[in-house]
Amino acid sequence: MMSEALETGTPSFMDRFPQEAAVVRASLISSFIALFLGAVFGLIQALHRTDVFRFLDSQYYYTVLTAHGVLMVVSFTIFFLVGVFTWATVRSLDRPLVDIRYTWAWYGLMAIGTLMAVVAILGGFIPSTDISADVLFTFYAPMQAHPLFYGGLAIFIIGTWLAGADYFRAWYAWKQEHPDERIPLQTFMVLTTMLMWYIATIGVAIAVVVFLLPWSLGLLDSVNPLLTRTLFWFWGHPVVYFWLMPAYLLWYTVLPSISGGRLFSDPLARVVFVLFLLLSTPVGIHHQYVDPGIAEGFKMIAMTNTMFLLLPSLLTAFTVVASMEHGARQRGGTGLFGWLRALPWRNPAFTGMALAGLMFAAGGFSGMVNAGMNINYLVHNTIWVPGHFHLTVGTAVALTFMAATYWLWPQVTNKPIFSRPIALAQVVLWFVGMALMSNAMHVMGLFGVPRRTAEPQYQGFDFVASFGSITELRMQLALGGTLLFLSTILFVSNIALSTGSPRMSGLGKPLSEPLSPAADSPKVLDNLTLWFGIAMVLVVLAYILPLASIITDSGIVDPGVRPVPMLVDAANGLGPISAVTDAASRVVAAVVGVVP
Amino acid sequence: MNIHNYEKIWLMAAILLIVGFISTVTYGATAVGVDMISDDGGTVNASALDEDPRFSEPRVEQVGENEYEAYVIAQQFIFRPDPITVPANSTVTFFVTSPDVIHGFEIVGTNANAMVVPGQVTELTVEFNEPGEYGLLCHEYCGAGHHTMEGSVVVQPQDEFTQGGDE
Ligand code: HEM
Ligand SMILES: [Cu+2]
Ligand SMILES: [Cu+2]
Repeated sequence: MMSEALETGTPSFMDRFPQEAAVVRASLISSFIALFLGAVFGLIQALHRTDVFRFLDSQYYYTVLTAHGVLMVVSFTIFFLVGVFTWATVRSLDRPLVDIRYTWAWYGLMAIGTLMAVVAILGGFIPSTDISADVLFTFYAPMQAHPLFYGGLAIFIIGTWLAGADYFRAWYAWKQEHPDERIPLQTFMVLTTMLMWYIATIGVAIAVVVFLLPWSLGLLDSVNPLLTRTLFWFWGHPVVYFWLMPAYLLWYTVLPSISGGRLFSDPLARVVFVLFLLLSTPVGIHHQYVDPGIAEGFKMIAMTNTMFLLLPSLLTAFTVVASMEHGARQRGGTGLFGWLRALPWRNPAFTGMALAGLMFAAGGFSGMVNAGMNINYLVHNTIWVPGHFHLTVGTAVALTFMAATYWLWPQVTNKPIFSRPIALAQVVLWFVGMALMSNAMHVMGLFGVPRRTAEPQYQGFDFVASFGSITELRMQLALGGTLLFLSTILFVSNIALSTGSPRMSGLGKPLSEPLSPAADSPKVLDNLTLWFGIAMVLVVLAYILPLASIITDSGIVDPGVRPVPMLVDAANGLGPISAVTDAASRVVAAVVGVVP
Repeated sequence: MNIHNYEKIWLMAAILLIVGFISTVTYGATAVGVDMISDDGGTVNASALDEDPRFSEPRVEQVGENEYEAYVIAQQFIFRPDPITVPANSTVTFFVTSPDVIHGFEIVGTNANAMVVPGQVTELTVEFNEPGEYGLLCHEYCGAGHHTMEGSVVVQPQDEFTQGGDE
C-alpha cells in the first residue's frame, strides 16, 4: 500500500495545505480523546446496569451517564465534524481558509467549552465540591447543573457558529475568484449543513443563555420546564442530522472512490442536502409525543414532517448502493448480487463504511417505529431507544467516522496507518459488538425495561420476557458493550501508533467525479438564501403555535417550579475549599456568561 | 436535470411508503380512537399541590358507572398513592403531576406511558379488564435515587373493590 501510494505520488492534503491540516488533526484528536473517555464510561454502564460488575455506588451511575452522553454526542461527533468539514471545504474549493488565526480561535472556543462542561460533570464524582452536573446530556430543568456546565455548552456552540462562518468566508473568497461556477459538491454539503445548524441552535441557545445559565447563577428564580424542554428538542432532533451529515458527506463523496467507482448523481446529492436543511428542524416535537401541555394537533404535524424526513435518507440508501455497485462493476464484478464480491472488502475504510451503512438500514427501521406516534407509546423511554440510536449515531455515524479516519488520517499527517489488518478487525468487531448490544436493548425495551436507570431491578415486580430471558439479554448487552470497548481501544491505539510511522509525501488520494455532474442540475439548487428562507418559514410555522400555547398556559417562567440542584447534600458539601472554588467558578461563569 | 429511471422508481416507492405510514398513524389516531396525550390535563402550581383540589389528596375516585379518575403525584422517589387500586372492567383516567422535577409514568407491560412535568398535568386514560397487579415505574431520570422509584397498580375483582385514597 505504501509503495502504491508513492508511485501515484499525488500530493496529500497536508502537502498542499499544511496549516489547515494542523487544524484538521487537532479536531480529530480532540474527537478521539472524547471517544475514548466516552467508551470507558459506556463500558461502566453496560456492566453496571446489567449487574455484571458494579464498583460504583449507583448514584454515580448518573454522573457516568452524563459524561458518556456529552462526550459522545457533543464532543466526539462535533469535533470530528469540524475536522471533516474543514478538510472538505478546503479540498473542494482548492484554496486555503481566509485567516488561520480565526480558525484556531473557534477551535479554541470549542475546546474550552468542552473542558468547562467536562469539569462540571466530573465534579459530580467528588462530593466535597459543590460542582456537579448530573443532569444527563438533555439537562431537563428544574434539575439544575453548575453554571460551568451551561457556560461550557454556550461557549462550545459559539465555537461551532464561528466555524460555520469560517466555511462561508472561504466560499465567499472562492466565489470572487470563480464567479460563474457551481458550488463544489463537498462545500455545498458543508454550507447547507451549517445553515441547518444555525437554525437548530436557536432553540438550545435560548434555553441555555436566556434561561438556564442565568437561573443557575441565581439571577432568575424559576424557569418553565416544559418551555426549556421544548426548546431543547427544537435543537435535539436536528442535531441528529448534524451528526449524520458528515457521514453522508463521506458516503457521497469518498465511498464511491474507495469502491473503485463514481458517485451516481451530483444533483441528487444536492437535493438530499437541501431536503435536510428544510425538514430537520420542524420535527423536534416528535420527542415529546407523550408530554403533557402540547396539543395533539402539534404532535401530528411533527409526526407528518418526520415521516417526510425519511425521504432524503431513503434516497441516500439508493445512491450509496448504486455507486458501490458501479464501483464493483468497474472492478470486474458481474451478476445480480455477484458484484458484491468484487468490492474491496480488505480495505478497512470501505468495509467499515459499508457495515455502518448496513446498520443504518436497521436503525432506520427501528426509527420508523419510534416515529409512529401510537407505537411510540410502547417504547418511549425504554432501553429500546438507546438500542435505536446506538445503530444510528453510535454506528452509522461513529463507525463511518472511524473507517473514514483510516483513509483520511494519512492525508492529514503524511503517515500511513500503523496496521491495516488491525483496522479491519476493529471495524468488524464494532459491528459484532453493536449487533449484540443493540439487539439486547431493543428486545428488553419491548418488555418495558427503562433506559437511564442504574439498577433496572424492582422490588414489586419483574419484567416478563416472552422469548429469551431477561438474564440472557443482560449478558448479551454486557458482552456487546465489552466488545465495543475493545474495538474502541484498537481504534485509538492504531491511530496513536501511526504517529510513529515514517513521514512520507505523496499519500494523497484523489476523489472521482460524479457520473452526472452538477451542470446537469438547475442553478436554483445553489441558491442558499432561498433554501435558508424556506427553512426558516417552516420552522416558524411548526413552532410558533406550540411555543405560544406553552407560554400562555404556564408562562415564560413558572414561579411554582423551584430549582432542584443535582448536588450531594449541601450541608456536608459546603466545606471551606468548596466555598472558594464555588465563588471562583461563579465568577468565571459570570464572565463567560457575558460573552454571548 | 436527468434522473435515472431506477432513481425515479425508488423515489416513487419511497413517497408511497411515507404516505402509507402517515395514513396508518392518522387512522390510528382518529378512527380507532387510540388516545394521545395532549394538553387536556391543564396546569397546576407545582409548589402548592397541597392546596390544589385535584392533588391535595392523591386518590382514586369513581365518576361514573365503571369510570374512575386517579389523581397521582410522582415525586422524588415515590408515587402517591401507592398502590393505586382500581376495579377490573373499568376505565380509569389518570391525572399525574410532579412537585419537583420531571418524572416518567410507565405501567409495565402496557402502553400506558407518559411524561410528568412539574407545573403541567398529564392526563391519560387506561382500560383495565382482568384483575391483576402491574408494576409502575419512573422511566425518566429524576435524581440520585431514580432507580428506586416504583409503585404498583392493583386491579381488584369488581366485587372486592373498596374505594379509597389510602397512601
Ligand atoms: C464503547 C461503546 C459504547 C458502549 C459500551 C455504550 C453503552 C451505552 C449504554 C449501556 C447506554 C445506556 C445507559 C442507560 O440508559 O442506562 C448508553 C447510552 C448512550 N450512549 Fe452509548 N455506548 C457506546 C458508544 C456510544 C457512541 C459511539 C455513542 C454516540 C456517538 C453513544 C451515545 C450514547 C447516548 C447519547 C446515550 C444516552 C445517554 C442518556 O440517556 O442520557 N454511545 N451507551
Ligand atoms: Cu428525533
Ligand atoms: Cu425517575
